[in-house]
Amino acid sequence: MTASRRSWLRGLSAAAAAAFVSACDRIAGDPGVRAGLRSAERLNLGLYRALFDRRTLAREYPEAAISANFPANGSTNPSDLDYRALAKGGFAAYRLLVDGLVDRPLSLDLAALRALPARSQVTRHDCVEGWSAIARWSGARLAPLLAQAGLKPEARYLVFHCFDTLDPEAGEQGRYYESIDLVDALHPQTLLAYEMNGAPLGIAHGAPVRLRVERQLGYKHAKYVRRIEVVADFSQISGGRGGYWEDRGYEWYAGI
Amino acid sequence: MRLAHVLIAAAVLLLLPSGLQIFNAHPTLYTGETSARERAWLQIGSRERGESLTGYLRLGGREIETTGVLGWSGPAGEREKRAFPAWTTLPGYQSLATGRNWHLAAAWLLGLGLGVYLAVGLASGRLAAVLAPTREMLQPRAVLADLIGHLTLRFPPAEQGYNLLQRLAYLAVVAVALPLMIISGLAMSPAVHAAAPWTGDLFGGRQSARSAHFLGTLALALFFLVHIVMLVLHQPLRRLRLMTFGPGKDRS
Repeated sequence: MTASRRSWLRGLSAAAAAAFVSACDRIAGDPGVRAGLRSAERLNLGLYRALFDRRTLAREYPEAAISANFPANGSTNPSDLDYRALAKGGFAAYRLLVDGLVDRPLSLDLAALRALPARSQVTRHDCVEGWSAIARWSGARLAPLLAQAGLKPEARYLVFHCFDTLDPEAGEQGRYYESIDLVDALHPQTLLAYEMNGAPLGIAHGAPVRLRVERQLGYKHAKYVRRIEVVADFSQISGGRGGYWEDRGYEWYAGI
Repeated sequence: MRLAHVLIAAAVLLLLPSGLQIFNAHPTLYTGETSARERAWLQIGSRERGESLTGYLRLGGREIETTGVLGWSGPAGEREKRAFPAWTTLPGYQSLATGRNWHLAAAWLLGLGLGVYLAVGLASGRLAAVLAPTREMLQPRAVLADLIGHLTLRFPPAEQGYNLLQRLAYLAVVAVALPLMIISGLAMSPAVHAAAPWTGDLFGGRQSARSAHFLGTLALALFFLVHIVMLVLHQPLRRLRLMTFGPGKDRS
């Protein structure tokens, strides 16, 4: 075989390989295909709820298991002006709003939040990337707070609106938010945490209040929560898939 | 069972590259429950050395330079800071979300395929007949003959059924490795871990389960490679026909 033919063949096979790879990537990344794949998530949630008690608790660990080093992901120091102003004032002006499909909308400052029925738990936080860390979380249980607000019969989901903009280039859609359904909202370990390892929640970990929804991956545990909106469906909110990362292709049900 | 084999093969072909994509999101493995830095035993990464970047694989205390292959990977000119190179992952570009979409869907395919394979295989007795080593095979002389046959690449014809090493390898895959891959995968799920903490405890914690899941991947990839090489080396067309249509009708 001559050198030119050999290099020609090599070029052809490289081009064929590149075409194959790009075709694979096109199929693999196609939004319709991915939506189809994500139907597995409904299967996972359905099977999990059918097989296990809805109030099954996540494992709680002894104090000695607490991680010396707990990574902080996503926003670690929001630059949003309203948040900066609150942080400067030590969150004295912070108010958590609870509205939407409730009988009595609430506006709670940190003292009011601390006066609610509380819980403290040492649990493991599992990031979607693969790492895990253990910490003690203390906060107001969500169930009594929702009882105080009074859910309307058509309420199905809670949407957690946050202070932080994780993707400034995406405008309003770059703001962090999350959502959970009522089964998880009423779970005994679901908290609005204001303390981590016995100290007020630090800014890197979501001060002044973050969600703890044990049994789901880290991105569901919204930090910097400013407002809880009770809704019947979330298709009209931001990207429509129920969360910042969900809008970017991640599963809404992050139990796996 | 042949249909189940196709399902399992398709699932593994999707799970392997999408799993490497997921691994790349945090290319460090630990022992125990959490990802404490001091319990890392494997890490793939890249660092600047003077003007250029180098990729490395750190195993225990040792470090191997892996530029082009791992860490700082891909062909020269198209290198990226990625643990496993683009050609091994699904999708080729970096996207944990897409990798997870494929991995979690393909996991159902594996669960279904393996479930059908084991249920039908056990109920019909075919698994015992085809994969369990026979008493004659376990005679020392027969074992030796089988080993020598493999080492010299002289294999018995396909119609005689699987030989001893084949039976042991296939049994290890369908009865041990694949079920352990499913359990270690489930152990990493915070929901499953809440309901069935034994899945994590079995491996010694969530990060140990993640390590086991990765080592299982390597073992299965090795098996798959040998499996295919054997097929190509030895009467590939006849074996493909047997695999697809079964031994019943000989069409040659």
